[in-house]
Amino acid sequence: MGPSTARPMDLLRFSTAGSVDDGKSTLIGRLLYDTKSIFEDQLEAVEEASNRRGEGYVNLALLTDGLRAEREQNITIDVAYRYFATPRRKFIIADTPGHIQYTRNMVTGASTAELAIILIDARNGVLTQSKRHGFISALLGIPHVLVAVNKMDLVDWSKEVYESIESEYSEFADKLGVNDLSFIPISALLGDNVVDPSENMPWYRGSTLLHHLEHVNAGAHRNLVDFRFPVQYVIRPDQDYRGYAGRVASGSIRPGEEILVLPSRKTTKVASVDTFEGAVGEAAAGDSVAITTTDELDISRGDMIVRPLNLPDASSEIDANICWTAEEPMRPGTQYWLRQTTREVKAFVNRVVYRIDVDTLHRDEAETFGLNDIGRVHLTTSLPVFFDRYDLNRETGSFILVDPHTNATVAAGMIRGAVQSVDDLPAEEHEAEELRPVSPGVVWESWNIELAERERRSGHKAGVVWFTGLSGSGKSSIARRLEHRLFEEGMQTMLLDGDQVRHGLNGDLGFTPEDRTENIRRIGQLASLFFRQGSLVLCTFVSPFREDRERARGLVPEGRFVEVFVDTPLEECERRDPKGLYAKARKGEIAHMTGISSPYEAPEDPEIRLETVDRDPDDLVAELMVRLRDLGMVK
Amino acid sequence: MTPPQRSHVHQLESESIFVMREVAAQFERPVLLFSGGKDSILMVHLARKAFSPARIPFTLVHIDTGHNFPETLEFRDRLVDEVDASLHVGSVQASLDAGRVKEEDGPNPSRNGLQTVTLLDTLEELKADVALGGGRRDEEKARAKERFFSHRDRFGQWDPKNQRPELWNLFNGRRNPGEHFRAFPLSNWTEMDVWQYIADEDIPMPSLYFAHERSVVERDGVLLAESEHNTLLPGEAYEKRTIRFRTIGDATCTGAVESDAATLEDIIAEVAAARQTERGGRSDDKRSEAAMEDRKRQGYF
Repeated sequence: MGPSTARPMDLLRFSTAGSVDDGKSTLIGRLLYDTKSIFEDQLEAVEEASNRRGEGYVNLALLTDGLRAEREQNITIDVAYRYFATPRRKFIIADTPGHIQYTRNMVTGASTAELAIILIDARNGVLTQSKRHGFISALLGIPHVLVAVNKMDLVDWSKEVYESIESEYSEFADKLGVNDLSFIPISALLGDNVVDPSENMPWYRGSTLLHHLEHVNAGAHRNLVDFRFPVQYVIRPDQDYRGYAGRVASGSIRPGEEILVLPSRKTTKVASVDTFEGAVGEAAAGDSVAITTTDELDISRGDMIVRPLNLPDASSEIDANICWTAEEPMRPGTQYWLRQTTREVKAFVNRVVYRIDVDTLHRDEAETFGLNDIGRVHLTTSLPVFFDRYDLNRETGSFILVDPHTNATVAAGMIRGAVQSVDDLPAEEHEAEELRPVSPGVVWESWNIELAERERRSGHKAGVVWFTGLSGSGKSSIARRLEHRLFEEGMQTMLLDGDQVRHGLNGDLGFTPEDRTENIRRIGQLASLFFRQGSLVLCTFVSPFREDRERARGLVPEGRFVEVFVDTPLEECERRDPKGLYAKARKGEIAHMTGISSPYEAPEDPEIRLETVDRDPDDLVAELMVRLRDLGMVK
Repeated sequence: MTPPQRSHVHQLESESIFVMREVAAQFERPVLLFSGGKDSILMVHLARKAFSPARIPFTLVHIDTGHNFPETLEFRDRLVDEVDASLHVGSVQASLDAGRVKEEDGPNPSRNGLQTVTLLDTLEELKADVALGGGRRDEEKARAKERFFSHRDRFGQWDPKNQRPELWNLFNGRRNPGEHFRAFPLSNWTEMDVWQYIADEDIPMPSLYFAHERSVVERDGVLLAESEHNTLLPGEAYEKRTIRFRTIGDATCTGAVESDAATLEDIIAEVAAARQTERGGRSDDKRSEAAMEDRKRQGYF
């Protein structure tokens, strides 16, 4: 338990999967113990139990294996939730068993997690089980995956052993599409690199496990764009008040905004966003509030309030991945309840598309699913379901199936989309053709509100801070920290980075030199719009070509473009290889990899040059803050 | 894009409100178990927030062992008045008088175990299909595996090995006639979270939680308060000490701790430095390593 501090703590939920053999319970016991989250009486009880069992050491695993059957059989059966906090963050651990017969428990634990810790025993290397955990984490859309290579003490703290596991697992994880993958060599038993840095592994210079948990971006699983408000309950104390209570599933809403109610598709405006403390100016993803409307509409539980120009998909033919969680096998064609957000409809499985062998990732033909089976199905529902794809929105893309006879929760589902019929296909192609071509040389009207006005209000100058450097040089991690710091200090700021822009705005571009140029051209334009809006815009792009960067510079007034050259040598970037791209490029799997098969033109005279090797990121951020303050961009 | 900054207690509050609204929406006759302790006071506070400006749609149920601290009852009655809630008291004494249960023997006969029968009788009398409790997963090992929506069979029993998986925020409250649920909106709170929130929100708490002078006797490392329900053993004597309670339950088995913590800030500092779990003062948990799990299986809170 951490002491009370002035800075509000935030919250990170993570899952762990593994068996006692991997040292998972020991790791959790270690985290609880080293962060002083367990108490004398708990520790005494564990010491006593360890002695009684004739174990020669304090078995920290006994702290976590709660149920009597588990203590007796030395296994973790169910999902158990643990809590600890540091002054920075509160943590909720969903501790799940790792064996294949407990797949449903892993799925349950993963469903609310923002980060997964996958434990690998350094002596055994990458086993089927470790891959299964990675697969489930990816399937459930966990944004961060941390591989803890444990029991390094039993392999003589060997760098080679660690690196071979790292490279083998990275290759596997690439196929799954894991967004953010990290590795840390640890000894849970002895505490190396768990809370304190290891003295036994001087060759490892990354962060400790706890440091990683404390600094990883929390809230990355939330969709902040698409406003979705499933109505939970109608509060109606008298004739004068009618509040639609619920928790904002994604996006945000303010009083006065236009809304549309599904399924009726009636529109109205938000009159107020209410809480017990009174009306508020905004509600965002995760907030429990009550919404009142300007027109009296018939809205009830199961309806969804959205914005008229940003609608979820609606269909009664659902394509989904599911995990079967009941002993009794699926009965295709039989009716189940499908519960999604606060809505419940009848549904049946009309087609089993395939079952996935979670150990080999092979797709097998199947007619039904039994306990712990995972695969893809098509469902037909009695009424349309309003959803977003699970990979875009966990809250509106997830569902459970409930057996109407036993009332058991029999499946967990993740929506891939509406089932595509042959008729749907031409429409899609049509849309693709209509993608608007780039039109150069648009003459702008003068800006409605002058930049100087906006800057007067924000109290600082707008600017574009352009981070350039090789992949893996550290651009993003430095810029992310910098942005948090700026934001905390009250600056109006915006961060643009490669992955984000490439998924949306530049989703049609590849990595050829022409496409790279176009990519940077669009980003430059985007950055200049945010700049005009008064923001301090942080851009982190490899942006290998000098000419492209100069063009971006030309879009904002002189003195407002700060080029930051993150100068990390290629061999260091390749050693870090956070996304496994260099390894792939060396094998020829990726063409046009900057630094390997595509040139990087280093800036000749950047405003700021950062050398990152052996530097603490916080020092680099402090250095940047000083420079930006000199330029008037920081209050 | 940076997510809006929300503190961890704000997120916990929002989650608890969400769970309470799910309970109100999915069940016909929900009740809220009210012990008079800080967790149940917090529950009432959150329920008010969840349904404002309407009244709390749950009947408060107090299972009265008859072994109360007078402060607890005064506080309860004032709170019930203030939030305009309805209160139902289930009496262990009445269960004893009706011969439904039998009093334990010994110097401090605990009525803790007896509560289970009174509780189940009361739920049946009210035809309650769900009872909201202030249980938290950080309290005890067996509670770490408890669900938000915890299914109970016809006999009120919990089967820890056969629980419904609880995925995302999708709570399955479907039940057959005669079955009921326990719901635990505070599942993800820790003792520290509770105190921080109480301080942030300035929620009034019974005086028992704050340091005061009281006549106590030390038995098996636990400080028990002087009360008509406790009998001194040979060689024991009451003495005055400055103490406070970390939990408030049956006066016969809830131990006090020596403490000078007179304000919420003091308590937070004390909790941060505490070397004993809050249930460490409860002699009922000390009976065996799996004491809590056994009581829960039978239908305890």
